[in-house]
Amino acid sequence: MLHTVNKSPFESTSLKTCLGLAQSGSDILLIEDGVYGALAGTIHTAMLAQATGTISVYALGPDLKARGLPEDRLIPGIKVVGYDGFVELACANDKVQSWL
Amino acid sequence: MKLAVMVNEGPYTHQASDTAYNFIVAALNAGHEIFRVFFYHDGVNNGTRLTTPPQDDRHIVNRWSELSKAHDLDLVVCVAAAQRRGIVDPDEAKRNGKDSDNIAPGFRISGLGQLIEAGIQADRLLVFGD
Repeated sequence: MLHTVNKSPFESTSLKTCLGLAQSGSDILLIEDGVYGALAGTIHTAMLAQATGTISVYALGPDLKARGLPEDRLIPGIKVVGYDGFVELACANDKVQSWL
Repeated sequence: MKLAVMVNEGPYTHQASDTAYNFIVAALNAGHEIFRVFFYHDGVNNGTRLTTPPQDDRHIVNRWSELSKAHDLDLVVCVAAAQRRGIVDPDEAKRNGKDSDNIAPGFRISGLGQLIEAGIQADRLLVFGD
């Protein structure tokens, strides 16, 4: 399953809830303000860094760029994709769950 | 692949309708079919042709209309959500005794059944909202 998270972990618990329920082998795509969760060196880094072993985590490149977040500040293992990658992830997974 | 999209937020207030639009453009470019775009809650505000953003800003409503025309997209606005927010087509205007309508080209007003059908018929349903 593909999970999309569009809220910053600094304003909402949706990323935490998503990580708690996502099965191993799932994909998580951080979009909109959700991309703040991809940053290394924050109080929320550990929970995502732990998950990257069993879950593949992606961040939407245009949303990182719109917020001035350089890719070298991301947690290692997080892959940056464009909208074409978003489409590919949606098709590669049998379901898409939006954590609104 | 057949994809359906749901948009729950209005233009210019939340990124949801921009994200949905960019996703749909990418999906069409990749050769996928968009079965339907369903606008619910404040998302119905994507469908008023009276929207007039500043000229140097993207015109979110026209952008939907143009995409619909180019790719024969089915843009469906929820009737109950639309009535609450004053989004009307000629039929609804007549039925409710309104002096005008404001539905944008390419959009049509229908019910939640269209969302359910999209969920059944499409291979994936993606929800964009707050």
